[in-house]
Amino acid sequence: MERIPILRMGSFLLVTIQVDMHDQLAMTLQDDLTSAIAKFEARGVLIDISSLEIVDSFIGRMLANIAAMSRILDAHTVLVGMQPAVAITLVELGMSLPGVRTALNVESGMELLHALSESPEETEADGAAEN
Amino acid sequence: MAPQKTETLPIKTASDIVAARQAVRLWAAEMKFSLVDQTKIVTATSELARNTVQHGGGGHMVMSIVESGIHQGLHLVFEDKGPGIADVEAAMRDGFTTAGGMGLGLSGSKRLMSQFTIETKVGEGTRVAVTRWK
Ligand SMILES: Nc1ncnc2c1ncn2[C@@H]1O[C@H](COP(=O)(O)OP(=O)(O)OP(=O)(O)O)[C@@H](O)[C@H]1O
Ligand SMILES: [Mg+2]
Repeated sequence: MERIPILRMGSFLLVTIQVDMHDQLAMTLQDDLTSAIAKFEARGVLIDISSLEIVDSFIGRMLANIAAMSRILDAHTVLVGMQPAVAITLVELGMSLPGVRTALNVESGMELLHALSESPEETEADGAAEN
Repeated sequence: MAPQKTETLPIKTASDIVAARQAVRLWAAEMKFSLVDQTKIVTATSELARNTVQHGGGGHMVMSIVESGIHQGLHLVFEDKGPGIADVEAAMRDGFTTAGGMGLGLSGSKRLMSQFTIETKVGEGTRVAVTRWK
């Protein structure tokens, strides 16, 4: 079965979504990532969506689920590289991606992950949409 | 508004949803819609095609290029012979879902397109027609 590869970089996991995912592939990624976070005791997940041409409610829900799941497993998720047209469309669609942190590119996403996983336990405000 | 060009695609499986997105993207790009408009049209296509598969039990999409005066539009019809929708008004509301979804497919698509009409009858099926004008 087709799968999206998950790269391991120390205590972080890195995923680059490069294909127009059909729904099952998105579900598989969600499951694989959850298992990988637990298995490697990952502290952070970086998802690069710069090649994604759309994010619909299904993919949006998957991304929000991954973020929520990673928090339960004591890891942070950062989404990087969302194209401006995709961001504009997401807002109009009505998706706010609650709990999903974003960064402009892989580099600043990694910095954010490092900062998040080094800072002590956060409070209530954690998870509010930023940027 | 006689269509200049028209094509029908089956919408029965998850792969058909991908194919529908790609076909609509191609047409929207050929029609020279802006990147933002293309993204909106393809996103609405994805939502409505998924509804056709998930809730309508499968059906088809008819895409056509239409004209009104000097304006060109991309017109998409999603049709199924599924269970229909008992309360359309409720279904059109943000957050309404009978399937554990986000409940944004119908309401969101309406916002993303210039025109949106839905016809549905319980036990007979659902037809959603949308147009994006340039
Ligand atoms: N083609 C259809 N046939 C039958 N019922 C439909 C159809 N399209 C939509 N519905 C009904 O309308 C509701 C709202 O649809 P909508 O697309 O807005 O949300 P959803 O599909 O439940 O969730 P989301 O699209 O956000 O993942 C659905 O839950 C379903 O009950
Ligand atoms: Mg839907």
